[in-house]
Amino acid sequence: MTLAYLLAGVTMVALNAYVLLGGADFGAGVWDLLARGPRAARQRAAIEQGIGPIWEANHVWVILVVVLLFTCFPPVYAHLSVALHIPISVMLVGIVLRGSAFTFRAYDSTNSPVQKYWGRIFSISSTITPVVLGVCVGSLVSGALALPVNASFAATYVMPWLTPFAFAVGFLTLAVFAFLAAVYLTVEVKEPELQEDFRRMALGAAVAVGICAGAALFLGRASKLGVTEALLTRAWAVPFQLFTAATAITTIVALLRRRYALARLAAGAQVSALMWGWAGAQFPALVPGVHTIESAAAPFITLKLVSLGLLGGAVVLVPSLWYLFRVFKSDTLSAFERVDTAEYRGPKH
Amino acid sequence: MALSLGFHIIFAVIGIGMPALMVLAERKWLKTGDPVWLDLAKRWSKGTAILFAVGAVSGTVLSFELGLLWPKFMEYAGPIIGMPFSLEGFAFFTEAIFLGIYLYGWTKLSSRAHWWAGVAVAVSGTVSGIFVVFANAWMNAPTGFEIVNGKPTNIDPIAAMLNPAAFHQTLHMTIAAFATTGIAVAGIHAWMLRKNPRDHFHRSALHIALLVAIPASLLQPLSGDISAKFVAKWQPAKLAAMEGQFETERGAPLRIGGIPNETTRETKYALEIPKALSFLAFADLNAEVKGLDAFPEEEWPPVAITHFAFQIMIGLGSLMMLACLWVLLLWWRKREVAESRPLLTFLALLTPAGFIAVEAGWIVTEVGRQPWIVYGFMRTKDALTPMPGLVIPLVGISLLYLFLGVVVVYLLHAQIFKTKPMTEEMRTP
Ligand code: HDD
Ligand code: HEM
Ligand code: HEM
Repeated sequence: MTLAYLLAGVTMVALNAYVLLGGADFGAGVWDLLARGPRAARQRAAIEQGIGPIWEANHVWVILVVVLLFTCFPPVYAHLSVALHIPISVMLVGIVLRGSAFTFRAYDSTNSPVQKYWGRIFSISSTITPVVLGVCVGSLVSGALALPVNASFAATYVMPWLTPFAFAVGFLTLAVFAFLAAVYLTVEVKEPELQEDFRRMALGAAVAVGICAGAALFLGRASKLGVTEALLTRAWAVPFQLFTAATAITTIVALLRRRYALARLAAGAQVSALMWGWAGAQFPALVPGVHTIESAAAPFITLKLVSLGLLGGAVVLVPSLWYLFRVFKSDTLSAFERVDTAEYRGPKH
Repeated sequence: MALSLGFHIIFAVIGIGMPALMVLAERKWLKTGDPVWLDLAKRWSKGTAILFAVGAVSGTVLSFELGLLWPKFMEYAGPIIGMPFSLEGFAFFTEAIFLGIYLYGWTKLSSRAHWWAGVAVAVSGTVSGIFVVFANAWMNAPTGFEIVNGKPTNIDPIAAMLNPAAFHQTLHMTIAAFATTGIAVAGIHAWMLRKNPRDHFHRSALHIALLVAIPASLLQPLSGDISAKFVAKWQPAKLAAMEGQFETERGAPLRIGGIPNETTRETKYALEIPKALSFLAFADLNAEVKGLDAFPEEEWPPVAITHFAFQIMIGLGSLMMLACLWVLLLWWRKREVAESRPLLTFLALLTPAGFIAVEAGWIVTEVGRQPWIVYGFMRTKDALTPMPGLVIPLVGISLLYLFLGVVVVYLLHAQIFKTKPMTEEMRTP
């Protein structure tokens, strides 16, 4: 059954990739909402430039997570879909509105006030969706999803996620996404003024991440959640905390000293550390109190074939992704350079 | 769920068909250097970008909705047919990645690399469609597992993926996507040509669209016949419902039109072609066709819906084929297609035909399978989520989709017709 553990790990890696890539695209929407002052329009343009070519590819990570979950751990997928029906539905509306509004804004050639509304819908749904995603995660880790039998509607479908802890995790998620986005943008824009703007945003978001993480930890301890206990007491707790602290400090110092590439690296490490801390604290449970990796795993043959499929898929995926990021993220992305297809280099005749 | 699928499928069809058109147009540009092809490729790619984004988000809704609505089904089927879904995940990745490169990379890549990025989009779009339909085919012809004590055991995901319905369904669906997109695009540009049949831009567009539409529309009835033979063998109740065949008989007639009545058990007012059904379904004029009377009534699918949907698909398929034959005839006789006003009008009228046929075809497949969700193994009602009050998300999602649909149409209109970057001399050759 080691294969099941491996695949659980791969699912977590995919979720990690989604947070680092797709999460930052949501975070960029938050900054779109908060853009203020004389450079607001330029900030928005930089954001649009930054996520335009890549958000759809980044978004597929979450689809991969879902697909792996229902193929390899079908009872978990079924369980979560029932217990979290309401927040997941809200999240889906958010995902739909975010993606379509972003595209509509980019392709609405009329430059009308309507375009502004798309911007609004895009940024508001970018802000709400991460909170709801975080609420789902929060209620999962809190162990409240044991689906009571014959309980009332509220007790089954609402109370498990309507808790202070779940919402603390929700806001933590929002803060993390916004933090990642701002840090990435400091690297991507080259105008010093914009860089300063995003640097300030990144520092602000870093503080927010700290506050939300503290609140979640405090609320978790207050209600004696298994996860927070594990985070503080398991054998790896101390090195884990040291590592997280070190990455957090590195990010802040790097931002203060304007070492943006380093900040990006450290921020990614910090967020990944948070996620793997959660994974480690919950291990080996998938839905605490209901399913573990072993109890929920699909039959061996399915796991084996999925692993082979993943290997084959990775052969296609890795070079393609590398190419995508090389094309769009390697050179200077100037905030003004709107993609103008008219400059297309045609064949030489 | 059915609603989300019905919505998603429109974008999926375009997502399979449109990249092919873009790539063909860009190919022409690379070959000839005539800027009209480049203009076409760019406009089509803008439209595709809008449609793809809506397709991607509605697809995401689906992948969650499968669980939100049918948790028991997914728990049962996940290990068996998760395989094609996982592979589909990678196809989506490739598609989204190269679409990003294609749309935003006009100035960043060499023209050759750019064209290949388009090819990658077209191929991975087709492949992702094929993988999902594998999963759906398994629901029609479940194989690759055994039931021991009510639980699926001895699972063989490869056998499940390559189930007996997989081949014909993926074939029919893929061709449908090309036929639909080709006819729709041809229809739109034919409409514009009615005003000015010499317009270089629209003539070029028509040319490419027909290049895709003609082979697909001519092959579609043939592949439909393969599907029908399968249904006759594996899902006789569905066939009986499709045809409004209430009594088991030898030498059964093919009914065109007609109104099936489940209480009196007859299909009235149909045009009957003697023995044709037996022949089409079993390649034998006197073969026995099982009627609905061979099944207990609680295993009947909704007869009228299935029958009407089937008639609509066949009717539209025949019209699309006819239009393509007409084009070929004109081309063969006169080397000129766009001058014939009646043909242009016909094509323009057929613009939505493919989409309607696709929706109808899926209704045949899905409603015709009822009351089963996994044919012969699991009933739809046993798979439903325990969550009460499902009307609320249903109404909510309907409104959301309605809104998105309106916006998409509006934007496409603005994008394709309103902007006029073309100079006049480009318009007249
Ligand atoms: C452009 C669209 C289109 C056109 C013109 C046709 N079809 Fe179709 N048909 C579909 C689009 C479609 C579809 C939506 O793609 C379906 C639904 C499921 C599937 O695999 O393909 C389908 C299903 C479907 C099925 C049910 C398969 C099953 O349940 O397993 C049959 C028997 C046919 N078709 C037969 C035909 C015939 C005899 C046609 C002759 C004109 C035809 N179709 C034209
Ligand atoms: C896009 C094309 C499709 C359309 C328009 C469509 C539509 C429908 C319809 C009308 C029903 C029957 C509802 C009823 O009579 O109760 C149904 C059932 C179902 N279909 Fe599809 N379907 C499509 C493709 C698929 C695919 C590809 C899958 C899965 C991979 C799927 C999964 C299901 C399930 C699980 C049911 C049973 C639940 C239900 O009845 O709604 N469908 N679908
Ligand atoms: C009737 C069969 C279906 C076909 C032929 C089909 C085909 C496609 C195609 C071609 C795309 C590419 C995106 C686009 O063109 O807009 C797509 C997107 C998508 N589909 Fe479907 N699909 C079907 C049903 C389903 C079902 C049942 C699911 C749920 C499991 C699903 C999940 C998705 C997802 C998640 C995406 C988004 C991928 C992305 O982000 O790029 N599809 N589908």
